[in-house]
Parts: sequence; structure tokens; C-alpha cells
Amino acid sequence: MLEIKNLHVKLEEEDKQILKGVDLTVEAGKVHAIMGPNGSGKSTLSYVLSGKDGYEVTDGEATLDGEDLLDMEAEERAAAGLFLAFQYPVEIPGVGNMTFLRTAVNAQRKARGEEEMSSADFLKLVRAKAKDLKIDADMLKRPVNVGFSGGEKKRNEILQMAMLEPKMCILDETDSGLDVDAMKLVADGVNALRDEGRGFLVITHYQRLLDHIKPDVVHIMAKGRIIKTGGPELALEVEQNGYADLLEGIE
Amino acid sequence: MALPQAKLTATEARLDALTLPTGGWADSARREALSRVQTMGLPGARDEYWKYTKPETLVAAEAPKATVFEADEEALFADRDRLKIVFVDGVFDAEASDDLALEGVSIDRLAEATDIHWAKDIYGTLETAGQTPVERPLAALNTAFATDGLLIHVTATPSKPIHILYKHSAEQSDAMLHHVVKVDAGAEVTILENGPAAARFNKVMEVDLADTAKLHHVRAQGRDHERRAATHIFARLGTESVFKTFTLTVNGVLTRNEVIVELTGDDAVAHVAGACMGDGDFHHDDTVFITHDAVNCESRQVFKKVLRNGATGVFQGKILVKEGAQKTDGYQISQSLLLDDDSQFLAKPELEIYADDVACSHGSTSGAIDEDSLFYLRARGLPRGIAEDLLTIAFIAEAVQEVEDESLGEEIVARVEAWLARRRD
Repeated sequence: MLEIKNLHVKLEEEDKQILKGVDLTVEAGKVHAIMGPNGSGKSTLSYVLSGKDGYEVTDGEATLDGEDLLDMEAEERAAAGLFLAFQYPVEIPGVGNMTFLRTAVNAQRKARGEEEMSSADFLKLVRAKAKDLKIDADMLKRPVNVGFSGGEKKRNEILQMAMLEPKMCILDETDSGLDVDAMKLVADGVNALRDEGRGFLVITHYQRLLDHIKPDVVHIMAKGRIIKTGGPELALEVEQNGYADLLEGIE
Repeated sequence: MALPQAKLTATEARLDALTLPTGGWADSARREALSRVQTMGLPGARDEYWKYTKPETLVAAEAPKATVFEADEEALFADRDRLKIVFVDGVFDAEASDDLALEGVSIDRLAEATDIHWAKDIYGTLETAGQTPVERPLAALNTAFATDGLLIHVTATPSKPIHILYKHSAEQSDAMLHHVVKVDAGAEVTILENGPAAARFNKVMEVDLADTAKLHHVRAQGRDHERRAATHIFARLGTESVFKTFTLTVNGVLTRNEVIVELTGDDAVAHVAGACMGDGDFHHDDTVFITHDAVNCESRQVFKKVLRNGATGVFQGKILVKEGAQKTDGYQISQSLLLDDDSQFLAKPELEIYADDVACSHGSTSGAIDEDSLFYLRARGLPRGIAEDLLTIAFIAEAVQEVEDESLGEEIVARVEAWLARRRD
């Protein structure tokens, strides 16, 4: 589904190489996790894949179901089925959460040449999905993420994911700032979306999220590259021994 | 002190072009106002209070021409139940207006109210009070020469808002209207104003709120590109009274809106807000002066300006807290969203405080659309243009939220959305 080959990325404004040849394939129906120390390039990878400005791809490619992602605008990538759950969801005062969701759902449908969802159908769907994530009517009415707690923001990300039904979901440190209960709620939301046709890339510092969202494959990223790939046991190894052993001898 | 020669010449030229209405209860107020104008002189380019806005075309003896703009959309507020009063180029249009009858309200026209009138105690009085510490000669000029206006006395809460609709029909019209609004204790009223009024418009509204009275004022100035306007609101607030005014300005080559509020009774509340959408040859100036002269009053100033293609926004806002005005809660924010590098925002926030137990804050910012927010919306599938519009609406939201009636707020937002959509096409 998601195929990344030899991806090299530098910052647009300064001569700083961040990704130095990332190779990664996420198959439909699978959950891949990326772990790694601070500054290894994990978040950059998620931003570059979803189309944030400020980065320059100097080499390599990234495709989603064979389509060249790097050639598309951010909104085109979203319509093609890519979703990024942000580490720091942005607050947008003055724009109601519900309005935002409906605008997003219909913008994507329009881009795909599908009919827009009627208000009634939308309302029914959003209420059902919100209930599963324990998001109340008030949170739906309030401006996007304004005054939301850390946990509420992350649940709101998962609600957007549930409404947009992407093919490929990237979760960028979705566990940061969450207590155990909130993390469990978010993980349940993600697990409910696990599906044969959907791929996940879960970026995290800590193993604890992976107790709740069980990965099929775990990658360790350091210094702009994937340095090791293994099964779920790799995450446990990192949890126990840290990254030091793995990093030894890496340029 | 003698006026500088340039100012004297300009003032005399302007006064020569006008005729002082005489007779009736307003006669002495008009004569006094004229002498104030002669003493102060009309605003000139060297006046500190006009540092950011050129007054020449507002002062000139002859109003500059303004092409009449044919809007392709229905005027604001047209769909709501309201008492409609229409002025065309500053002239009352009886045919287009409803009967000036509304339960709980008496409405007279300045041009027709010849007998002794309740408005005598207010007309020119609040304007005069508002001349200190800063002179506002265009308001005095208006008191002297206003040809018409509405004298609105609210004794009990009416069932619907009063809507003053201004139309512009002649290319070189020069209108001067002066309204007086008096709201009695316990009464609450909404006054709506919109329309371009004239090629050049000088308007004064004096507002006198008794204890516990409430006035909601929502105004829209647009979409004529070439019109000019200088407006003043002078408001005096009694104990526990509430005054909320919001102005949306869309286009217009030159607009200066001054709001002067005096909180004279304890626990009074004044909210002054505005949003403006400026494109190209657009200059918009909000000048606000709020005086706290009583205990435990609250004032808010919230101004948001969206500027592009070389448009200019100005904000001069002052909070003056007098000695003894303890427990004052004053808030002031002025922000601009600059959609390109050619536009500019000039802000001069001021606080002057003589009481020791007050909370006053002010802030002013200028910036472009936030890239992180834009990316967030685009990552959810919103095309760039729609995402930018949404963030622009979000930017003015804090000002629009000052409109208490949500349906009015929605109408304002819909106008802004239409403005954005037109610019995107």
C-alpha cells in the first residue's frame, strides 16, 4: 500500500539532511510501528509523506497504491486516502468542529468525484462515531480543538480518521500527553478501524502504546534511516535496553 | 490660540460651502457647535490624531465623486422582522420607509422636530463632552450642519429591531446625519445600520443609556469601493447599562469610525468591536476612546482587520481609567491578517490609568495566515483556497462573537464568506 524507497529529505531553508535513505513498505491490513530516539527523523517522515511545506526531497520516492505521493498537494494526498493524526493538533478558533468535519468529508468526496454527504447522513454518522470515542455533543459544537485537553485533542484526531475512512493512517506520537485511560480510549478507536484494506504507521517513542495497538512489524529509526526491523519483540527489547545498543556503530 | 493658516483656510472653505440650519430647539446647540469648529479648525495632515489617516478628502469643501456601486446581492438584514427607515444620499425616503411607529419607542426626524424636544438635553451635549481630551472637529461640524437624523427614545423594549438603511444614489452626494438614541431604564433595543449612505458621509450618533438600559448596535459598511465616511458614536452609560456595538466594513476607499464611550455609572458594560475586509485601495481607521469613570465597569475593544492588495488598516484605541474607577476590567485587542506584503496595519494602543485596583490588558498583532493551521486543514483534504477562507473567518471570529444575537452574527459571517468567495473566483 505505502511504499517508500530510498527517501532522502532535507530542510528547504537550510542545508540539513534529515532523512538519509528511508526504505519502508506498509501492506494493507498491517500495522507498522516506527520507534526511535528524538531527532531520528520520525516526525519529518510523517510530514513529508502528508505534504507539509518546508522540506525538499532530494532523492527517492513514496507511493500510495502506486500513485506518486510526493507529486501531490497535501489535500490531494488526503483525498487519495492518506491520513496523518497530528502530534500537536492545531486549534482553530471560530470554526466549529462539526463544520470542519463536514467540510473535510465533503471536500474529499468532491475531489474523488463522489457525491457530497447529506447533512442528515453526516449527523447520524458523526454522532455514532463520536459516541464510541466518548466525544460529547458539546465537543462537536466547540471550535476545533480550542480548549480541548490533550486527551480530547487526540480523540478528536481519531474521530476525524474514523469519519474520513482513509486507506493509510499515520499516527504521529498519538500517545504523547495521554494518561493510561485516555491512551486506551484512543487505542480502542484505532483498533476499531483496523481492517484488511487499511494500513497503519504508528510513530512512537514508547512501547506502551504498542501494548494497546499491537503492531505486526516494528522498525527502529535513527539518524534518518531505518536501522532495524523486526516483530513486536523488538519494541520490548527497546523498552528494556534503550536505543544505545542499537545505535552503536551507526553513522 | 490662532489656527495655522492652512487649517484656517481649509476650515473656512468648508464652512462657506455649508448652510447652518436655523430655528427650533437645536438652534443654540448648532451655533455652539459651529463656534467649536471655528475654534478647533477641521482636521489637518499635521494633527497627531490624524497621523495615520489623511483627513483632506473628509474635510474638503466639495465631496470627491464616488461611483454608485450596484451590488449583486440583497442588502443585509433584509430578511428579518424590523422597522425599516431609509435615507438616500442622506435624505429621508418616506416611501421606502416603514411608518415611524413601534411600541415602546418614539421616533422623530431631526429635520421635522421643531417644537421643544427631549433630545435637546442630549443633542450636541455628548459630542461636546467627547471633545475632551481629544478634539473631534468633524463631529462638531456634524452637530452644527446635520440636515437630518433620527431621534429615538426607547421607553420599553420593542418587539423588533430598528433598521436604518442608507442608500447611495448620486455620484457626488455629501450626507450629514445626526442621530440621538435615548434608552430608558430597563429597556433593551437593537439598532441595525447598513448601506453606503453617500459618496461622502459624516454621521454622528449620540447614545444616552439610563441605568440598566441596553443597546445592541450592529452596523455594516460596504461594498462601494469609492465611498468615504467619517462616523462618530458618543455613548454615555448609566449604572448597570450595557452598550454593545459591532461594525463590519467591507471595501470603501476611506473610512474613519470613532467610538467614544463614557462609563459614568457603576457596573456598566461597553463592548466595541469591528471586523474589516480591505482589498486594494482601502483605508480603514478605527479610533476608540473609552473612559472609565465609575466602579466595577467592564469594557472590551476587539478589532480584526483582513487586508490585502495594498490595503491599510489603522487602530487607535485608548482606555482611560479615572481616579476612583476601581475594579475596572478593560480589555483591548487589535489584530490584522495581512494576506500579502503590500498591505499594512498601523496600531496605537494606549492605556492611561489613575486607579490602583484595575485589570487592563491590551494587545496588537499583525501576521499572515498561520502555516501550521493551513497545513492541518489541507491534510484533512481542504483545498488551499477553502482552508485559507476558513482561517480568515476564524480570524475575525472573536470580533463577530461580540454580536450577542447569533443570527445576526451568522449574517455577518455569511457576508464575509461571500466577500472571500468573490475574491477567490
